[in-house]
Amino acid sequence: MIKRMEEMTTSDYEAIGLRSGLEIHQQIDTRKKLFCRCPVLPYSDEYDAQILRHMRPTLSELGEYDGTALMEFKTKKNITYQINKDTICTYEIDDTPPFELNPQALDIALEITMLLNCKLVSEIHIQRKQYLDGSIPAGFQRTTILGVDGWIPFKNRRINIIQLGLEEDACREVSDTGHERVYLTDRLGIPLIETVTAPEMTTPRDVAEVARILSDLVRASGKVRRGIGAARQDVNVSVTGGCRVEIKGVSRIPAIPLLVHNEAFRQVFLLEIKKELSRRGITDSTFSSECFDVTDELSGTVYSPAAAALKKGFELRAVLLRGYVGLLSTVTQPGCTFAGEISDRVRVIACLDTLPNIVNDGEEGYSFSVSEWETVKKKTGAETGDAVVVVWGSVEDLDMATGEIATRAREAIYGVCSETRQSYSDGTNGFERILPGPNRMYPDTDLQPIAITEKMIERIESDLPERPWERMERYITVGVPAESARQMSISYMRFVYDEAVKKCLYSPRILMHFFLSTLNHLKNSGNVSEIPDETLIEVLSAASRRNLPVEAAAYILEKTCGNGNAEIESVITDLTIPDRKDIEDTAVRIMEILDPFDTGLMERFLIGRIKDRFKGMPGGREVLEVVRNTIFTEFADSSSRQIQRR
Amino acid sequence: MKIHNGYNVGLDVGTIESIAELGRNEAHYKIPEKEFPYDPSKPNVRLFGTGGTIASRLDYRTGAVIPAFSPGELYGSVPELADICNLKTEKLYGVFSENMGPEQWKGTAEAIGRAIADGVDGIVIGHGTDTMHHTAAVLSFMVQDTPVPVVMVGSQRSSDRPSSDAAINLMNATYAAAESDIAEVMVCMFGPTSDQYGLLHRGTRVRKMHSSYRSTFRTIGDIPLAMVEKGHITPLKTDYRKRRTDRHVKINTAFDSSVSIVYYYPDMKPDIIESLIDNGYKGIIIAGTGLGHVNKPLYPVLKKACDQGVHVYMTVQTLWGYVQMFVYDTGRDIMDLGVIPASNMLPEVAYMKLCWALGQSHDREEVKKIMLTPIAGEITEREPHNGYLILQGGIPEVEEFIRSHKR
Repeated sequence: MIKRMEEMTTSDYEAIGLRSGLEIHQQIDTRKKLFCRCPVLPYSDEYDAQILRHMRPTLSELGEYDGTALMEFKTKKNITYQINKDTICTYEIDDTPPFELNPQALDIALEITMLLNCKLVSEIHIQRKQYLDGSIPAGFQRTTILGVDGWIPFKNRRINIIQLGLEEDACREVSDTGHERVYLTDRLGIPLIETVTAPEMTTPRDVAEVARILSDLVRASGKVRRGIGAARQDVNVSVTGGCRVEIKGVSRIPAIPLLVHNEAFRQVFLLEIKKELSRRGITDSTFSSECFDVTDELSGTVYSPAAAALKKGFELRAVLLRGYVGLLSTVTQPGCTFAGEISDRVRVIACLDTLPNIVNDGEEGYSFSVSEWETVKKKTGAETGDAVVVVWGSVEDLDMATGEIATRAREAIYGVCSETRQSYSDGTNGFERILPGPNRMYPDTDLQPIAITEKMIERIESDLPERPWERMERYITVGVPAESARQMSISYMRFVYDEAVKKCLYSPRILMHFFLSTLNHLKNSGNVSEIPDETLIEVLSAASRRNLPVEAAAYILEKTCGNGNAEIESVITDLTIPDRKDIEDTAVRIMEILDPFDTGLMERFLIGRIKDRFKGMPGGREVLEVVRNTIFTEFADSSSRQIQRR
Repeated sequence: MKIHNGYNVGLDVGTIESIAELGRNEAHYKIPEKEFPYDPSKPNVRLFGTGGTIASRLDYRTGAVIPAFSPGELYGSVPELADICNLKTEKLYGVFSENMGPEQWKGTAEAIGRAIADGVDGIVIGHGTDTMHHTAAVLSFMVQDTPVPVVMVGSQRSSDRPSSDAAINLMNATYAAAESDIAEVMVCMFGPTSDQYGLLHRGTRVRKMHSSYRSTFRTIGDIPLAMVEKGHITPLKTDYRKRRTDRHVKINTAFDSSVSIVYYYPDMKPDIIESLIDNGYKGIIIAGTGLGHVNKPLYPVLKKACDQGVHVYMTVQTLWGYVQMFVYDTGRDIMDLGVIPASNMLPEVAYMKLCWALGQSHDREEVKKIMLTPIAGEITEREPHNGYLILQGGIPEVEEFIRSHKR
């Protein structure tokens, strides 16, 4: 049975040998696209025209065809692109050669490459990466590697970065039914960076945490695009005995752990099937399958998916899998069996996408009648140890479909297949295509290599922002609590905070609390419109130099940046700072109307009221001191001891 | 350096400390070959190769082009061809189209003659696109009364890209050669940029009109002969020469290359024409402004050229429309100098025809007769109104048409 993720421990994952790595795609914030001068505009599904393309595989530089490319070619898709004249020129539809690589994009990408501690290449070579699914009208993506062998810190160790690449973004799929696939081109050609980590994460949670660190890092550069679809993760997963499977296009980091967990177990179950096949003596050379036309035999069926197909003039085929009895019902993911893996291939490659598209004789639930199965088994010569899969579709697609059924069944002999799989929102995944290999790469003969000169490196290095983990470390060293330090290290306020630390007399720790808490309260109170950074620094500096508690700064900001638009100096002059006696008197007066039994509530209430009375002016620390030491000691009961312990 | 995932990166040699050989993986950059099937019920097509990017691969090691050219290679990369015909191939040349010249044109015309004598049902000529319309024009004059289709084809977006137009162009051209009823020299290339249909253009009226678009070839001043999709030809014109079963074809490869095209611009100086005379040019095709004009300072030197026996013809740089030198006095003056209006011949076509005419005669009247007698549609009696259609983007009705007419 599948163990739930919540029940799994680190050593459970260690036992199955989980290894996972990430490929993070992040659009960078440039005015124009990577290889043409089209502006980068917000996504829009409006379009002015449509064009049609077909894709054929091309040879790699080493003279090989890529397996994925051949698979996609089998699908014989009509690929339609919806194009908008404001964002798409003749380059993106591959009717014009590329223009020179966008220098702004190169600068940003180099900066991030350096932030990841990567070794820079001396010369970038633009490559073409074949995509026969049509997600790029040319049939290939222009891509290049800027750096290799980098690292980021993670839990007292390093996660290695294999490479960082710069490439053009692809299309968004609108629909894919039968042999028709439609793409929207609104993000096509936008520059993006691809960061590839080594497969060094060993629990699903670690994968998400590393994704978060990398996301924080690129955002810290301030030069990446935000918003839906601007960052997408591919997650690579393998277990001992399995192989690398890529789960594509995960847009939310919190979705990662469950996807990794389910994929790890899918591989574990496929390995069980492999073991069982081996036990049954089924090998690549003894594997046997046969295909039969069973249209006539099943012409009178009431099993509705098949009956509906027959009505459309489709035909039915039975594929006999010798020795496979029972295996198709093996669960591979929550709610999915090995038969589902076969069905996926039939759907994607043979384009039979009305589900269910197959049914097998071992399937529980709705299916052909017992006597219909008997007829089919008789026709195919199936014996007790065999399995039979029935598939329906147009005559043209059925050859492909029956071929894929046998192919997928045979692949089970090897356990896990290298595949690219799509992620579903319930944390499971489905087949998308065979995992492409190095043979889909070949050089782009349209563009010259570009040297990364010392001059470029120096220029970018001199402007390199502090890495979030370095910044966090710096904050911790000056006494800021770790969680606040982490938060500030990736906050957009970090530069203002640093400035405030320099210019005021408050401690970094007090200022940190002010920035992360007080300031947010003030901003959310609706009492201030906008606080310019310079005003913030000026107010904090003035308040600190007059020895005012940091809370005074909030009050001054409210007066100067709120409706009143008061002058900083006049607000400060008008301030009355209460002395200890005033605070004590006020506290006592308030105490008189309080229920003395709930001391926690009392304490909070008191602090709030006292601060209100003095326009927030006494520091929180001072009021707490007064409340605890002076007031509560007068109620010398057990609850006060409790308070003092706290 | 190629790294494990197929990417190439450039390394500064100064940074390499040591090199070790860990293994070997030899590259065999070759298009998979399969024997082209023979089916006696299918038409026989001959494919001539001249070079260009159709069905070719780059040799990344040397940078040279390896054409996919043997029937086996073509079948390996475009297996659909076997559904259309029995294919035999013959490599004539391996040059980029800008390097095509008289020797190649003559050789190609003669090869066409031989193939027709051999009994083929159609001929396809693979050619680089840059000068495809020049070759189409000259072949239209050198090969007359062909009994079978002669279809030129190329690839605008190189065949080393998955979205290339090469395979579809090749299929369309082969189908047109095998099955069409049009026995003329034609160019078969993409109609729209989409993978939808090809157009068959008459060899003397076609021109490459965009440096990179798939749908770059356009029939100028007329409409294309037909649309072609795999398995289907839709004629658009009716006045074409029909396929015949006889083998009578006239091959006339006369050619004198002492001709130049002068693309006129305002303020052109007489020394341009002077230098052509001095260098022994025998023919000049002027691409004049508007209805066929040049500025006054050129008059004396044009008169000198004509007087010295140079054959000077006027065409229009507007490409569309006829030369009409009677409308303005200046036109009449230019004709008085001896310059002959060449009707609605495209400048490049007039150039090819003058080379061909001068190869046959240098007699002024004889050359003029050859030049002004239409042989292959290079001069038409009339221009249909839809022979000049350039949809202007941005105009509401055009945008509406593009939006509603999917693809």
